[in-house]
Amino acid sequence: MKRYIVNSRAACYAAILIVLLVLPQFITPYHVTLMETGLSLAIMALGVNLLLRYTGVLSFGHGAYFAAGAYAVGLLYMYLPDHFTFENAILAALLVSAAISALFGLVCVRHTRVFFSILTLALCMLLFAVLEKAYHYTGGSDGIRIPIPLFFGHEFEGMRRFQFLCGPYYYIVVGIFAAASLVMLAIVNSPFGKILQATRDNELRAEMIGIRVKRYRLYAFIISGIFSGLSGGVWSFVNGHITPEICNWVFSGEVVYMVLLGGFMIFEGPIVGAVAFTYLRLYAVATTQYWMLIIGATLIFLVLALPGGITGGIQSLFNRLKPKRA
Amino acid sequence: MGLIYALNGLYFAAFLFLTSLGLNIILGVMGILNLAHGSLYAVGGFMAAYLIGLMAQSSLPVMLLVSVLGAVAVAGLVGFVLETTLIKHMYRRALEYQLLITFGILMLIEDLIKLIFGGESRYASAPFDAMGSLDIMGYTYSVYFLFVMAVAVAAGLFIWWLMVRTRLGIMLRAIEMDREMAQAMGIPMRSLTIAAFMLGSAFAGLAGALVVPTTPAVMGMGMDPLIMAFIVVVIGGLGSLKGAFLGSIIVGLTRSYTIAYFAELEMPLLFLIAVVILVIRPEGLFGQK
Amino acid sequence: MLQIQNVQKSFGQFMVISDVSFSVEKNEVVALLGPNGAGKTTMVNLISGHLRPDAGKILLDDRDITTAPAHVRIALGIARNFQITQLFEELSVLDNVRNCIFSTEGRSGRFFKPANAYDGEKTEAMNILETFNLAQFALEPAAGLSEGDKKILDTAMAFALKAKFLLLDEPTSGVATSDKFKVMDTIISAIQKQGTATLIIEHDMDIVAEYTDRVMVLAEGRILADGASSEVMENKEVKETLFGVSD
Repeated sequence: MKRYIVNSRAACYAAILIVLLVLPQFITPYHVTLMETGLSLAIMALGVNLLLRYTGVLSFGHGAYFAAGAYAVGLLYMYLPDHFTFENAILAALLVSAAISALFGLVCVRHTRVFFSILTLALCMLLFAVLEKAYHYTGGSDGIRIPIPLFFGHEFEGMRRFQFLCGPYYYIVVGIFAAASLVMLAIVNSPFGKILQATRDNELRAEMIGIRVKRYRLYAFIISGIFSGLSGGVWSFVNGHITPEICNWVFSGEVVYMVLLGGFMIFEGPIVGAVAFTYLRLYAVATTQYWMLIIGATLIFLVLALPGGITGGIQSLFNRLKPKRA
Repeated sequence: MGLIYALNGLYFAAFLFLTSLGLNIILGVMGILNLAHGSLYAVGGFMAAYLIGLMAQSSLPVMLLVSVLGAVAVAGLVGFVLETTLIKHMYRRALEYQLLITFGILMLIEDLIKLIFGGESRYASAPFDAMGSLDIMGYTYSVYFLFVMAVAVAAGLFIWWLMVRTRLGIMLRAIEMDREMAQAMGIPMRSLTIAAFMLGSAFAGLAGALVVPTTPAVMGMGMDPLIMAFIVVVIGGLGSLKGAFLGSIIVGLTRSYTIAYFAELEMPLLFLIAVVILVIRPEGLFGQK
Repeated sequence: MLQIQNVQKSFGQFMVISDVSFSVEKNEVVALLGPNGAGKTTMVNLISGHLRPDAGKILLDDRDITTAPAHVRIALGIARNFQITQLFEELSVLDNVRNCIFSTEGRSGRFFKPANAYDGEKTEAMNILETFNLAQFALEPAAGLSEGDKKILDTAMAFALKAKFLLLDEPTSGVATSDKFKVMDTIISAIQKQGTATLIIEHDMDIVAEYTDRVMVLAEGRILADGASSEVMENKEVKETLFGVSD
C-alpha cells in the first residue's frame, strides 16, 4: 500500500515537471517570466515553511536572506565583473545568505515565539537600513542592475535579454526549483526533519531525550536562509534589477502570505502559494490602484475562513468526497 | 549644542513612548503582536491633519484640542471595530495567525487611508507655527517640541495612575499576569480586552496626531514608528511601563546623537544596541521571563 | 551508580528537600514513596536536571553532575518519563519512540535519507512498541491515543533511551487498573534485561510490593526509611505518614 502511495506521488511530481517543461509552448513569453518569478519565490516559500510548519516558529524577516542572496549576485557583478558567471553568482548567493542567516539566527533562536518573530523582523530592517544607507557600496535605493552572465562559460550569443529570459533561463529556473524542492523533501522526511518536528511539538520533551532544541532551530534557520538566498539569487536575473525594497519586512510578510495561501500544512502548499500569489498580485495591481486592499482582505479571509490555504481546502474537499469506509 | 541634541532626542523619545506604550498594552494584556499598530498611528495622523485643515481659522487651543481629541477618538474607534470584528477570533489561534491577520489589516488600512484621504501628503503645520519658539542657551527651540514632551509625560502619568490606582487598571494587570486566573476570578474579559485594544490604538493615534504638525501625513507613515516601537519593547521589556519609558529615552537619545554625528549609522546602531541588550538580558531591561 | 549526598532544595522560604541522601545501584528497582507534597517530584527534577540543588551533591557513576544541565545528564545516561504526559503530539506513535532512538544513536542530524529508510531504528522502535502493546497504533498521531495509552507511550519513550538510570514518575497513574500489572511487568522485565538502575515514584502499594527491591519513604523533605519493601512497610512511623494509621 505504501509503495503505491510513494509511487503515485513520484508520478505526480514527474507529471508536474513535464507540464512545467512544456509550458512555454502554450503561454505567452510574459507569462513565462511570471512563472520564473513564481518558481523562484517558491524556493523561498519552502524555506520559510521549514521554519513555520516543521520547526514551529514564524519568521517575519526572511526577506533579509533573500536580499542577501540577491545582493551577493549584484555585488559580485559590481566588484568582480571578471568572475561574474552564473555558477559563481549562485555560489555567492548561497554562501552569503548562509553567513547572514547564521549570524541573525544566533540572536533570534534564543528567544521564544513572540520575541523571535519581532527579532526576525527587526534584523531584516537592520539589513534594509544598511543596504539603503551604504550608497557607495550598494547603490542605495537606486539598486544594482543585473545583466545576463556567462553560464558555465557559455554565452548566449546574440540573444536579447527578454528572449533569453523566456527561453533558456526558464529551463534553468525549473531545474533549480526542482532540485531545491527535492532537497527540501529529503530534509523534511529525514531523521533531522522528524527531530525538528519533535522540537515543535514539545520542546521540554525534546530536551529530555537529548535534543538541544535551540541548536536544531538554528540549523533549520540557516537552511531556510540558504533557500531564501538561492531564491534571491535566481530571482535577481529574472528581475534584472535589485533594490533594498526586497529587504523590507513587508516583502517578508508577503512570502508568509504565500505560504498561508498555498497551505502550510502540506509540503507542496508553499509552492502553490508562491505561484498563486504572483498571479494574484499581478491581477490586483492591474485591476485597481487599491491592490493592497485586495491582498489584505484576501489575507484576512484566508486566516478566518480557510487557514489550510488552497491545498488545505483541496484536501478537505477530497476527504469529503472520498467514499466512507464500511 | 549638546543640549539641543538631547532635547531632540527626548522629543523623539516622546513619540516612541506613546507608540510603544500602545503596543505594550496590547501585547501585554492580550498577547497579540499587532503589526497594524503603525496603521493606527497613520490613522491618527491623517485624521489630525484633516481636522487641522478644517480648523484653520480657529484659535490655537481649539485647533489643538479638536484635532488631537478627534484623532484619538477615531483611532480608538477603529481599534474597537477591529477588535470586535476580526481580532477577537484570534485569541485561541496560534501566534502565526495573529501576526498574519494584523498584517492583512495593515494592508487594508493603508489602502483605506488612501481611499478616504487621497494618496497625497497632507500638511498641517499650523499648530507648530502658532506656538513659536523659545531661546534656549542661544539656540532657538520650537515650543511645539516641548509641548509634545509634556503630552508624553502626561500620558505616562495617566497610564501609571490608570494601572495602579483604578479598578480598570488593576483588572488589566491581573489579566496580563495570569489570564486563566483572571477569568476564574470573574473579571469581565471581553469588555476589558476591547478596552485594552482601544486604549492601545488610541495611544498610537495620539502619537500620529502629534507628529503631523512637524512632518506631513504621508502614505506609509506608520511603518518606521512600528519598527521603532518594536525595538523599544524589545529593549525595555515586555509589559513594563518603566521599560517603555527608559527604552524610549535610550532609543531617542541614541538616534538624536548618531544623526548629528554619524547620520549613516543611525538605524544600524539602534539595532545593535537592541541586539546587545537582548544577548545580555533576553527579556529586555525590565521584562519578566 | 546514582548517589545523592546531602541534597537540599528550597523554594523561597519553603524548604522542600532538607538533607536527603541515598543511592541506587545497577539492577536495583527502588520505589520512592511519600505523601503528597513531600517533595518526590522535586527530587525527580533535581536528578533529571530541571532544578539545581541549593546544597549537596549528585553523582552518577562517581561523576559529579550536580551542576550539569539536563542535556548533559541525558547524554550521560539518565532518562525520565513525565507525570503529565509529554509527547510529540502531532508525530506518529512510531516517530515518538523512533526519535528517542535517533537521538541516543546520534543520528538526529542526518538529513538525507528518509527516516523510514533507517531499518535498524525502525525495527527497534517497532519492537519497543510491541513490548508495550502499542504496535497497532504505530502510524497514528500520538494525540489520538487514550490517556492511559499516552502514559504508556511516555514510559516507552523513556525506556527507548536505553538509559543507565531510569526515573519513572508514577508510570501507572492514569492506566486502567486491569492494565497496571501488565504495564509494570513489561517495564520491569525490560529493565531487568538491561540492568538499568531505576527509581519509581508510586502510590499503588500493590505495585510497590510486587515489583520493587527497595523502598524509600520521603516525608517533610527527609528520608524517613530506606530498606527492603517488606521491612519498611511494617515500620510504624511509615505507616502513620503514608496511611495515617496508628495502632
